[in-house]
Amino acid sequence: MDVQRVRGDFPILLQKVHGKPLVYLDNAATSQKPQAVIEALNRYYTTENSNIHRGVHWLSEVATKEYEAARDKIKEFINASDRREVVFVRGTTEAINLVAQSYGRTFIKKGDEILISAMEHHSNIVPWQILCEQVGARLRVIPINHDGELLMDEFRELITERTRLVSVAHVSNALGTINPIREIVEEAHRRGVPVLVDGAQAVPHVKVDVRELGCDFYAFSGHKLFGPTGVGVLYGRAKLLEAMPPYQGGGDMISLVTFEKTHYNVLPYKFEAGTPHIAGGIGLGAAVDYIRGIGLEAIEAYESRLLAYATEALGTVPALRMVGTARRKAGVLSFVVGQIHAHDIGTILDQEGVAIRTGHHCAMPVMQRFGVPATARASLAFYNTQEEIDILVASLHKAIEIFNRCPN
Amino acid sequence: MSELSDLYQEVILDHNRSPHNFRKLENANRQADGYNPLCGDQVTVYLRLEGGVIKDISFQGMGCAISKASASMMTDALKGKTEDEAEALFNQVHGMLVGESEPPANGRQIGKLSLLSGVSRFPARVKCASLSWHTLRAALKGEAAIATTEGEDRT
Repeated sequence: MDVQRVRGDFPILLQKVHGKPLVYLDNAATSQKPQAVIEALNRYYTTENSNIHRGVHWLSEVATKEYEAARDKIKEFINASDRREVVFVRGTTEAINLVAQSYGRTFIKKGDEILISAMEHHSNIVPWQILCEQVGARLRVIPINHDGELLMDEFRELITERTRLVSVAHVSNALGTINPIREIVEEAHRRGVPVLVDGAQAVPHVKVDVRELGCDFYAFSGHKLFGPTGVGVLYGRAKLLEAMPPYQGGGDMISLVTFEKTHYNVLPYKFEAGTPHIAGGIGLGAAVDYIRGIGLEAIEAYESRLLAYATEALGTVPALRMVGTARRKAGVLSFVVGQIHAHDIGTILDQEGVAIRTGHHCAMPVMQRFGVPATARASLAFYNTQEEIDILVASLHKAIEIFNRCPN
Repeated sequence: MSELSDLYQEVILDHNRSPHNFRKLENANRQADGYNPLCGDQVTVYLRLEGGVIKDISFQGMGCAISKASASMMTDALKGKTEDEAEALFNQVHGMLVGESEPPANGRQIGKLSLLSGVSRFPARVKCASLSWHTLRAALKGEAAIATTEGEDRT
């Protein structure tokens, strides 16, 4: 993979911030978009815009074809066995809420348990808390060790005859940990418990094969995968999706409506009420084409070298403590520097053109676990370079210098 | 770099290093918690109000340099002030932080607090500086709910 050539595909990377070249290291929040995605959106709105699945006119047919082609691309990308298993949603958050409200309210009852982990994003905590309140179920949490790895022995203890669903992140957004999903799925399935995987942070960085993972649901967002915001995917096994009631009612999700009774549409449309984000779906298809053009194996190899370089480089910064040191990690570097609050670091780095995330990363329980109010987080994508890591490190030195300034 | 030096002035860094009135006020008769969901900053403001006058004030919590310094300077400025004076100061400081009023116009009343005016050029940091002030207001009103900076205008 030629990183300079790849960078040329992302027009935003030419941007200057405060007069300095943009160093974009906030990819776990959202990724930048290649020209191919921007062009797909442009083309759609310029020449194809119309509503799908309902028009007999030419434009509607073109738009429908493009939108459904995007679904097929995603099906291939995650190796789902059937296009009916690929449901378009707004993003990971909606995908998890869909499962919680549709699957959860149907199959999870009072006294049942839902198992999540201590490293989940709020979007994989709160939907389950809401469900627990609604049905009287109980949320249980798999603990993590000080490196930010799941305690698998505890997991085996926590999964019992009361467990109805396991929902865990594939890659932690706050710590970078890559979780052993296959092992988790095997253990859960041994007890007949389905598994939902929050793949928001995984799909842009590691090859995801839902059949190889064996999971029952897999959720991810388009915008972290170099596609547009406002579109995402819920993969679900057809058998489960068929047994689930609709999540929202409206147009497109029905086959026949009378005031007496409504018949629902087939999969995946049963879960796609209303006019979807058509341009977003098509844009996500273009993003998938783009990534497959580079190859996730090449991306993984490049990012893992860059992560090793960045980990070592940050290790030279005085008083820097890394939060999240799992053996298997994706490109997330969460850290604190001495007594300097992450928010102050973020502001100082911004002045150097370096964009990172600071705060609790929508994972407040993770911050509580590590006893920090917030961390600074640099997160990588395949278009980042070693030079950018050097700028990050130099900017951190600058922050330390400002805070160590002694009054005369 | 000059905007950055405006933000992180010596006095502000000093307050961050050794904040004033940073303790629990044992004889407080008003207190409120403030929370900034954006970054997780937390502050508790304690007041000893007697006959409408702030006899004593302190704070505790965790946050960035800006939020700590702002809270520390606030406690210095408010000791001995009446409730009405505190409210007026809140409005002046708030106006300065969101860039609605220039510090020199009210510099006389707000004194050292004008050092926080650099914050107005960092929209993402306004909430850090205003958190303790919103919390103060909640404490003065005797509101039990947690004060937040949500709904603060961000330009």
